[in-house]
Amino acid sequence: MRVLAIVGLLLLISHAAPPVHAVQPDEIFADAVLEQRARELFRGVRCLVCQNQSIDDSDAALAQDLRLLIRERLVAGESDEQIHRFLVARYGEFVLLDPPFRPGTWLLWASPVLALLAGVAIAWAALRRRRSPAEPVALSDDERARLAALAAGDEERQ
Amino acid sequence: MTRVVFLLPLVLFAVVAGYFAVPLLTGRDPGELPSALIDRPVPDMALPPLFEGAPGLGSDDLRGGVTLVNFFASWCVPCRAEHPVLTRLAQSETLHGISYKDDPARTREWLAELGDPFERIGTDTSGRAAIEWGVYGVPETYIIDRDGRIRYRHAGPVTRTVLEDEILPLLRHLREAES
Repeated sequence: MRVLAIVGLLLLISHAAPPVHAVQPDEIFADAVLEQRARELFRGVRCLVCQNQSIDDSDAALAQDLRLLIRERLVAGESDEQIHRFLVARYGEFVLLDPPFRPGTWLLWASPVLALLAGVAIAWAALRRRRSPAEPVALSDDERARLAALAAGDEERQ
Repeated sequence: MTRVVFLLPLVLFAVVAGYFAVPLLTGRDPGELPSALIDRPVPDMALPPLFEGAPGLGSDDLRGGVTLVNFFASWCVPCRAEHPVLTRLAQSETLHGISYKDDPARTREWLAELGDPFERIGTDTSGRAAIEWGVYGVPETYIIDRDGRIRYRHAGPVTRTVLEDEILPLLRHLREAES
């Protein structure tokens, strides 16, 4: 019970805390539409220092530099795709949090579907086995002979 | 069918163990990223010098011979650790330095304390040149061939093992290709 209360309390605290933003107030655009586009771009770019955070979440100095660089390119009128190309040319496709769909990555993209299909197949096989119990198997000739011999032995003993 | 199901945990274990074994046995850091610029020409740059009156570092300085480029900073602790190895390397090789996001006065102090192994030093106070190179942390060390193409990148401090197992053999190979 006490453990439950503590877990509940921790959950409450973690959800009550305001979200922490890595984006600095002084870098934010006055233009709300452009700011929205910038934030969406940031969410798709990996912070190469932390490697499992986007540059939108990361406080690393390199993440900050990349945010400012992307902002400059947005102001210069570049498209999202041009900015992605710029980053990929320098840091490789790893810099994108969504790997692009191409021959080398189709297995990665298909893996959730493949896992689902495998799960369905396993469940189907298990259900089928449970529903139809195995047919009684007829005794083989050997077994019949052994049974007859045993029965004969019993009769003799009596 | 049931036999196969019983083997499944064993197979899963083998796969997971395999993934752990590769970095453990080869000593490779899985967090280390391959450079996107391998076999590509060095990015265009013209960096101001660290010492007044000394030459800065530009892309043209990285053509015509096999060179090494090291990104470093006085605030970077691993840079201090690799410094003796770089000093040894610079006795036989052309090593250029790029000071990354550092106060030039601090960099000069740092070099005065530890010794200056660099032929030319460019300063990248904004860190923009480093982004052109795909740098994601200091120190990073690059090998450039005589055509000015990047052939190798090592992220993190150059240890004696890295020097002897990776850098020196590649330098030898590039020299042989040259002659």
